[in-house]
Amino acid sequence: MGSLQLKSIRKAYGSHEVLKGIDLEVKDGEFVIFVGPSGCGKSTLLRTIAGLEDATSGSVQIDGTEVGHVAPAKRGIAMVFQSYALYPHLTVKDNMGLGLKQAGKPKAEIEDKVGKAASMLSLDPYLARRPAELSGGQRQRVAIGRAIVREPKLFLFDEPLSNLDAALRVNTRLEIARLHRSLKATMIYVTHDQVEAMTLADKIVVLNAGQIEQIGSPMDLYNRPANVFVAGFIGSPQMNFIEGARLGDTSAKTIGIRPEHMALSRESGDWKGKVVHVEHLGADTIVYIDSEQAGTITVRLFGEHRYAPDDIVYATPTVGSMHRFGDDDRVLA
Amino acid sequence: MSKARDSFLRTGFVHAALIAYTLVSLFPVFLTIINSFKDRNAIFRAPLTIPTPQTFSLIGYETVLGQGDFATYFQNSFIVTIVSIALVLLFGAMAAFALSEYRFRGNTVMGLYLAIGIMIPIRLGTVAILQGMVAANLVNTLTALILVYTAQGLPLAIFILSEFMRTVSDDLKNAGRIDGLSEYSIFFRLVLPLVRPAMATVAVFTMIPIWNDLWFPLILAPAEATKTVTLGSQIFIGQFVTNWNAVLAALSLAILPVLVLYVIFSRQLIRGITAGAVK
Repeated sequence: MGSLQLKSIRKAYGSHEVLKGIDLEVKDGEFVIFVGPSGCGKSTLLRTIAGLEDATSGSVQIDGTEVGHVAPAKRGIAMVFQSYALYPHLTVKDNMGLGLKQAGKPKAEIEDKVGKAASMLSLDPYLARRPAELSGGQRQRVAIGRAIVREPKLFLFDEPLSNLDAALRVNTRLEIARLHRSLKATMIYVTHDQVEAMTLADKIVVLNAGQIEQIGSPMDLYNRPANVFVAGFIGSPQMNFIEGARLGDTSAKTIGIRPEHMALSRESGDWKGKVVHVEHLGADTIVYIDSEQAGTITVRLFGEHRYAPDDIVYATPTVGSMHRFGDDDRVLA
Repeated sequence: MSKARDSFLRTGFVHAALIAYTLVSLFPVFLTIINSFKDRNAIFRAPLTIPTPQTFSLIGYETVLGQGDFATYFQNSFIVTIVSIALVLLFGAMAAFALSEYRFRGNTVMGLYLAIGIMIPIRLGTVAILQGMVAANLVNTLTALILVYTAQGLPLAIFILSEFMRTVSDDLKNAGRIDGLSEYSIFFRLVLPLVRPAMATVAVFTMIPIWNDLWFPLILAPAEATKTVTLGSQIFIGQFVTNWNAVLAALSLAILPVLVLYVIFSRQLIRGITAGAVK
């Protein structure tokens, strides 16, 4: 069990409003990711759900119970922090068991739950060590273990992978995905990394400047972005934005086209241009083109292609892949 | 230090300066100790020579220890110093935690108010303190000294400790809150162990002025039963005749306990001093 309802959550520090009315519904067992640029309020929102910050107004309900005045420890949540936040003077085992010990659970039960969590995360050989004797990846697994042991209604992750190096990040990401499948728990995860968001989430919440821009499944956001911000934030390399007027479309202020939704040819096509720069990534080739009609655009081609700067090329957008945005930056029907 | 930036001459100067400073600092201590082992004539005739078999004498120590009361004086000094340090650390750490951890109205003003205590010497308030102690019937008690010294030590303690407590990770405290630790447990079990080096620093800075103080024992607790070592040694200094053997012996003995306490704290202290600078 673990559903969450947020109703018009506002949070202000003095006159500075960080959250400007957040409404959100999270169903039991969902993996929801808050994503957005730094300073968009995603961490503050997570802390408000955890009870580490009080909302200035609005209501937080977990499993239908209002928790606005409930202490963090009593909300049935567990949190994993970016900096791991392990207790430096306690062993791995005590780190994981502290929450249950505070709740007054019998020793045998604590042992049992810590043991289970440790084997789930292959931490058995390290139970007697202190956090200082562990590597970064191991520390984060202990922090995740500490969350699992509490058997919370809601798992909260605050950028858990940001301190890990690239290879470990992928591994730990898989681990978290696996955990979500096996525990079937509700998870809320904050990140600024859209790859993490796309790969892990059932539902992504895109935040910008304290407001929700769009909520949807990863493919929803990719295929049907509601506005220019979401269109630009999701997808890498970023979507190309071209003024509608330049392409003869007077009803749309901006036209967006993803770099991977374009074909490139040396002979003929819609937009003629000169290659400015080429990035060869092996699986992809990314070509930056200065075109006459559309300005500077990025084209992503699959596989290896032999283009060089100053080549004259023609780019053609795939039919039906254009996104049209109106004067208010929202998508046009 | 890298070889490129390390010239022989410069290292030489640095060491010469440090050695000179060490000698200057240690010389009075050295003088006190060697003269405490000499007879009265030798102290005056050749104060700078070390004791020889002819001049060696334990008369000073015999006088001091024979006085009997010195055990009480030491005990008084110990009680006052230890209890004051304990109170300064406890209340200082708690106040520092509140100032660094919680956002409340008047937080900055309160911090400044406490910092002013570092700049204004507590002795300026001696008359008022004495009047207060008389009114509270605390004159000639160790409690009076402990109260004054606690007040004297708190501003610096709060200043140093709140700086250190700001460096303790918020995530760690929040993790504790989610695990159900009370604010007191977070303070005692998570934060205090992490600022232990700072606590040792504060303990040393607090301890030395208290142990060496003559002013407040003289004014607030001059009775025989409450004399401290520094005040006790004064009985050997008369207006016309001073028993130098006894004074020097008493001072030498008074160095010992401080030295022991210092050694206990020093390992932590060195970590504390370098913690901010070397990361």
